[in-house]
Amino acid sequence: MTPRVVFPNKLLPYLLVAPQLAITLVFFYWPAAQALYQSMLKEDPFGLKSKFVWFDNFKKVLADPNYLHSIKVTVVFSVATAAVAMIVALLLAVMAEKVVRSKGFYRTLLIWPYAVAPAIAGMLFLFLFNPSIGSLAILLRKMGIAWDPVLNGTDAMVLLVAAAAWKQISYNFLFFVAGLQAIPKTLIEAAAIDGAREAKRFWTIVFPLLAPTTFFLLVINTTYAFFDTFGIVHAVTGGGPGKATETLVYKVYNDGFVNLILGSSAAQSVILMIIVIALTAIQFRYVERKVHYG
Amino acid sequence: MSFRGLAAGVAATFVLCTTTSAFAVTQISWWHAMTGANAEVVDKIAKDFNASQKDYELVPVFKGTYPEALNAGIAAFRAKQAPDILQVFDVGTGVMMAAEGAVKPVADVLTESGAQFDKGQYLPGIVAYYSKPDGTMLSFPYNSSSPILYYNKDIFQKAGLDVNTPPKTWNEVWEAAKKIKSSGAAACGYTSTWLTWIHTENFAAWNNVSWATQQNGLGGGDVELKINAPLYVNHFQALADLAKDGTFKYGGRTSEAKQLFLAGECGILTESSGGLGDIVKSGMNYGIGQLPYDSDAPGAPQNTTPGGASLWVFGGKSEEQYKGVAAFFSYLSKTEVQEYLHQKSGYLPVTLAAYEATKKSGFYEKNPGRETPILQMMGKAPTDNSKGVRLPNLPQVRDIQNEEYEKMLAGQQTAQQALDNAVSRGNAAIKEALGN
Repeated sequence: MTPRVVFPNKLLPYLLVAPQLAITLVFFYWPAAQALYQSMLKEDPFGLKSKFVWFDNFKKVLADPNYLHSIKVTVVFSVATAAVAMIVALLLAVMAEKVVRSKGFYRTLLIWPYAVAPAIAGMLFLFLFNPSIGSLAILLRKMGIAWDPVLNGTDAMVLLVAAAAWKQISYNFLFFVAGLQAIPKTLIEAAAIDGAREAKRFWTIVFPLLAPTTFFLLVINTTYAFFDTFGIVHAVTGGGPGKATETLVYKVYNDGFVNLILGSSAAQSVILMIIVIALTAIQFRYVERKVHYG
Repeated sequence: MSFRGLAAGVAATFVLCTTTSAFAVTQISWWHAMTGANAEVVDKIAKDFNASQKDYELVPVFKGTYPEALNAGIAAFRAKQAPDILQVFDVGTGVMMAAEGAVKPVADVLTESGAQFDKGQYLPGIVAYYSKPDGTMLSFPYNSSSPILYYNKDIFQKAGLDVNTPPKTWNEVWEAAKKIKSSGAAACGYTSTWLTWIHTENFAAWNNVSWATQQNGLGGGDVELKINAPLYVNHFQALADLAKDGTFKYGGRTSEAKQLFLAGECGILTESSGGLGDIVKSGMNYGIGQLPYDSDAPGAPQNTTPGGASLWVFGGKSEEQYKGVAAFFSYLSKTEVQEYLHQKSGYLPVTLAAYEATKKSGFYEKNPGRETPILQMMGKAPTDNSKGVRLPNLPQVRDIQNEEYEKMLAGQQTAQQALDNAVSRGNAAIKEALGN
């Protein structure tokens, strides 16, 4: 039983929460309500003529083959990014655990990329893989791989996933390292004495004990790939070639700010908002309780 | 020390406040999207204008890229904080025109303030693009450019091509590109920026074929795209065929292809005349030619249409502010200002007098090729096919075209399929936009 803190003054607690509430109201509820209202309007960019159309925008968006295509692109992109980012991070974390000397040095280096802004990560990869001037692209071509992300949708997607995953690996690495440290050494040593080899020890002891961390990271990475990768898409492919890399978030931007179709763009962002709420709910309901932060 | 600094600051602020209120200068805000050398031109023009008179103060504010500046202007208008003058790129012209009531035609601003306004002093090809069907000039053409052909003389030499004769027709371009590729003079023969602007919109004007109904949308109303006519299909099929073995190389939707040319990877490039600065800076041995035309098109070459941007004036401002805007536009039309703008930035002069003065000064002899975009635009009086294109949602329609072109160049569809799709998807989008 934890002791409950009770304020003698009835008003004080509300006053103390007020700043936080005010920030949430101004920066979340207000714009969210605006988006909701806008999503039911049909309007010209300047707002000179507007018509309330109820759910017409949603109906149109959900019936639009381009939108359905964009969902598919987003799922492929998110799953690939999360998988690559997590597998590589886990591998690096397990390896870094084994390093005897200057462990801290390696870890610091591996964490660094997380400090890079998404758009800058995008530009880095864009230059490295640029078909005409990129050093890695030239290497690929020398190996006989026809590398052309400007016209080939698959190449463009690979490039995006690489850029997005590269940035997220550091974050995952941090959590995996913490998770690994939380595993009692005695368990592993006992297994070693029983004659279990390295791979066996990993799959039967380390990996299952890391499961909560892995599940937590899965949710975080999916959310990241869904919503925080706008900068990378914008810098690397701009949604092209064709519509091969147009994710849901990028489509909201493109329809709203480039094509100036405000109603449809607002409806799409409301749909995205619903997805975020659902993902967050899942995270709180199932994940948060089971994760041990070591 | 800090107290004294503070006191000085207060005193300075006080002096500043009193001096500005004493003169009662009307501030005119100008939101623009110019960077680098072009931004310096904006600042210089504003400074000189402010020094030339005492009633108005022009305040230029950089608002990001072209689409960002347009969005900033629209958002400011919705928040009732619109600037006096907004620079809008060519593609946004239809958006601004559709916003009747939000903008005030430049012709009205000039005549109402009592300023001299003679439409005849401006280059007809440019003014036609920024005017209503009845001829009312809606916005002030600030920076206009036109697509031209650049070629690498060293690569031409290596390929055994005549370095002094740039290809004139598209067929000649294809032949030259094949020769560059097969002789090994360069990895790719030909590349182009802006397939929408150069190979579709300007292709239509230069070859005098229709791009869309209703005078390419300038007449307003229900517009239907015509870009799947045989001339376009043949042209794009040729591009698609050349793309297969890399004789033609695609760079991207906007000006990415310029990089391929600058790196010496491609021997020929079609690009905006505004892109000249980078090519000069690279120190390449380059040549300039007219935009190629289609030899199957009767009457080609006609004239090219302007790209670039124009200045729009928002509605609902005070009379005093409009007078200031008119004073600035009159200043901007002065021959010496236009001459400076043209020679410094590489954009076209918008008045005939500035063009004549530049010609007389011997600038074109010293800088061969700089006259080409002007001659292209002025060569013939514009027809219904060559005044430019206008749609309320041109950015979206260009996006659709780019998507279809990319699929075609990747070998997923033929030119006929790509253009048919671009037309049907584009028409649906136009209908949707007009349904507002």
